[in-house]
Amino acid sequence: MSSLLSPGTQAPDFALPVTPDQKLSLSELRGKPVILAFYPADWSPVCGDQMALYNEILPEFQKHEAELLGISVDGVWCHTAFAKDRNLHFPLLADFEPKGAVARAYGAYFEQAGITERALFVIDKDGIIRWSYLSPIAVNPGADGILEALEALSK
Amino acid sequence: MATLKVSVGDQDHIQGNVKAACTLVEYGDYECPHCGAAYPLVKQIQRHFGSKLRFIFRNFPLTNIHANAQAAAEVAEFAGSKGQFWEMHDLLFENQDRLGNALFVELAQELKIDATELQKALDNKTFEAHVRADFSGGVRSGVNGTPTFFIDNQRHDGPMDYSTIVAKIEQALAS
Repeated sequence: MSSLLSPGTQAPDFALPVTPDQKLSLSELRGKPVILAFYPADWSPVCGDQMALYNEILPEFQKHEAELLGISVDGVWCHTAFAKDRNLHFPLLADFEPKGAVARAYGAYFEQAGITERALFVIDKDGIIRWSYLSPIAVNPGADGILEALEALSK
Repeated sequence: MATLKVSVGDQDHIQGNVKAACTLVEYGDYECPHCGAAYPLVKQIQRHFGSKLRFIFRNFPLTNIHANAQAAAEVAEFAGSKGQFWEMHDLLFENQDRLGNALFVELAQELKIDATELQKALDNKTFEAHVRADFSGGVRSGVNGTPTFFIDNQRHDGPMDYSTIVAKIEQALAS
């Protein structure tokens, strides 16, 4: 398993495609907490998969003014189709070229399979990682840990 | 390991022996096909354990992918306020492919519940807060999809088949 960047570390900045003609960088979101959710792939064959679940929980994240970003190595057109199909209301970033570069920077790349791990990061408004969690790839980690980390930020 | 953060209490619908040695909690969505598949499985598990097991169903509607899930949850809660939660819960799962207003009216009539009153409760969102509270408690507890089961407060992470769940409950009973 990968070794994630730990709390206290400055979150590496990145700029990744979020739509076919737009990029989003982490530094643009400075001033707000950011949740980075690395996940293995779009189109996992279950309802209530991790991204669909977070989509439902979005209002609870927004209570903390947090921005949620999903990241996988899927390309931007794949993300677009997936987000449309699942009615997702948050951005999916394509860590597609160079493949998995951002996931590697966060220690969240699963080399053997060529996909991102199921890894979560909560980054504070100053860009410091405050919480990270690596879930076994087959286990959807839910959102309890994220919410606890966001609550700890506002204390 | 994710654990149940909201204890079983007065807000819950409990089926079986309320003082049973083991508690099975399901967070489910009436429109989710996996919950539909789990519905007969739960019945089979309940038959197997009899009075040793109590079963609690809590709402976890995935409203962005299931257009009728929230309304269906409110329909079941409305029936619950008339003392017929489990009857409605069962009928909703048994008719999962037909969820929608026409079916809700039909099921209300079948259970001899006033369909006009039901419609009013849906329009006024009388049971929305209850359903949202179930959902939020589920999120806190680490519900990670539907259905999610908790056996004596521990989230069940393994395969969702009869023998795996029965073995886990037996383990819980033995401990």
